[in-house]
Amino acid sequence: MTPTIFLQQLINGISLGSLYGLVAIGYTMVYGILRLINFAHGDLLMFAAYTAIYCVTLFALPWYVSFPAAILMTGLMGILLDRAAYKPLRDAPRISLLISAIGASFLLENVALVVLGGVPKAFPRPPLFDQVISLWGLRIQVLTIYTPVITLSLLMGLLFIIYRTKAGKAMRAASKDFETTRLMGINLDRIIAVTFLLGSSLAAAGGIMWAMKYPQVNPFMGVFPGLKAFIAAVLGGIGNIVGAVIGGFLLGLGEILIVALLPQLAQYRDAFAFVILILVLLFRPTGIMGEPLTDKA
Amino acid sequence: MLRVEDLHVYYGGIHALKGAHLKVDKGQIVTLIGANGAGKSTTLRTIVGLVKLRSGSIEFNGEDLSRLQTHEIIKRGIAISPEGRKVFANLTILENLELGAYARDYGTFNTQREWVYSLFPRLKERERQLAGTLSGGEQQMLALGRALMSRPQLILLDEPSLGLAPLVVEEVFRIIQTINEEGATILLVEQNAMAALQIAHFAYVLETGRITLEGTGRMLLEDERVRSAYLGE
Repeated sequence: MTPTIFLQQLINGISLGSLYGLVAIGYTMVYGILRLINFAHGDLLMFAAYTAIYCVTLFALPWYVSFPAAILMTGLMGILLDRAAYKPLRDAPRISLLISAIGASFLLENVALVVLGGVPKAFPRPPLFDQVISLWGLRIQVLTIYTPVITLSLLMGLLFIIYRTKAGKAMRAASKDFETTRLMGINLDRIIAVTFLLGSSLAAAGGIMWAMKYPQVNPFMGVFPGLKAFIAAVLGGIGNIVGAVIGGFLLGLGEILIVALLPQLAQYRDAFAFVILILVLLFRPTGIMGEPLTDKA
Repeated sequence: MLRVEDLHVYYGGIHALKGAHLKVDKGQIVTLIGANGAGKSTTLRTIVGLVKLRSGSIEFNGEDLSRLQTHEIIKRGIAISPEGRKVFANLTILENLELGAYARDYGTFNTQREWVYSLFPRLKERERQLAGTLSGGEQQMLALGRALMSRPQLILLDEPSLGLAPLVVEEVFRIIQTINEEGATILLVEQNAMAALQIAHFAYVLETGRITLEGTGRMLLEDERVRSAYLGE
């Protein structure tokens, strides 16, 4: 492999990995507070992509209005998901919560299938992201460059919220101890809603970029990115936000580079992620940056 | 200020409180003593809404608390230092104090923090450290300080001396008295009956969910039954 191709693949890997990372943040945030794997999280990518499509096609809004609107709608959808599927089970055993999450995921996918149909829709990619730049003999779509930049900016913004704002401090307190958090006069339900709002908005940003990268939108488009992002979250150490992004980068890079270096394994690309998941769970269940999380009452 | 009457609480099938009552007047230290499992912590947990009551009433400044959610009760001007201290180990000391002030607007935050630091100089030295790195006694100081941050009208203290070395226990009780002298009203739940009765204006003895004795701290210190049951004489 020539250095140019290697560099090209490296950039692709970083770009893909940053998408995984962006979606993984939502998994890890919800897990940190509720100790729940929100299996419906991946389907929010699909929700965001369709919302963006309809904003552009049906309401003829420009992309710079449509995309933020889709992100906001998906954030609210996340809150609705919590209210409908998880909040009634706050005191139930966690396995019930998990089953509810799987049910919510199937529901979202199948409602989308019934309402929107199974035929993939083309995603209207704004021309701005279509441009190709040539650099040191590389030809790179600008979207590939924008993706990690957007991910890292959003990560910085999120870390600011979590470490510098009142709501963020309450979120970190809630991840440790619900009861004492309430004893501080904090409205726990509101803090959980903020968690879903933030995590789901990031998933929406990820979903829109995913749809621009692979511009075929269908009701099940969120399943695989969702699973991969979940694996990235486990790899980085579930409950740890920076870990989720690092896990995403590593997974994306790994997937791309394994195919680049060993083309005969190309068909096993998706299996790579699951092998990683099994290895992490076997040898380092707390992931790269994770610490053992206590079960919460 | 706080009036609890005929309080009945069930945990599953267990009748934990069977008509307990108590009254806390402004400016007082009132203590609730009793053996393990008598229902002392349950009483506090019911006051702050973590446990729902079956019947009875809890009034704070004339307002019924029994239908309010925990965060709403705290906003009315009650703070609690829970049993086992429960500081947020993953947050810094300063952040713990900030959360203590969560229910209040931040306007008075700095003056309140300086007051807490003057009571507990050790906290100031370590304000950037994670609370999990503090010793048990220091964590109790933080839990007290955190409860003071909201400028509460009423402070509930659940077993503040539990698991602490005798010297530290003395310091904790001294500080409780100081806080009281500076105007705070305190409801203190304790197993350390001797220390609690010595600083209390009024005291209640709780046995298997009922108040069996009440009187001034001094009266109960001299009571035969209290001396044999709780003071080990």
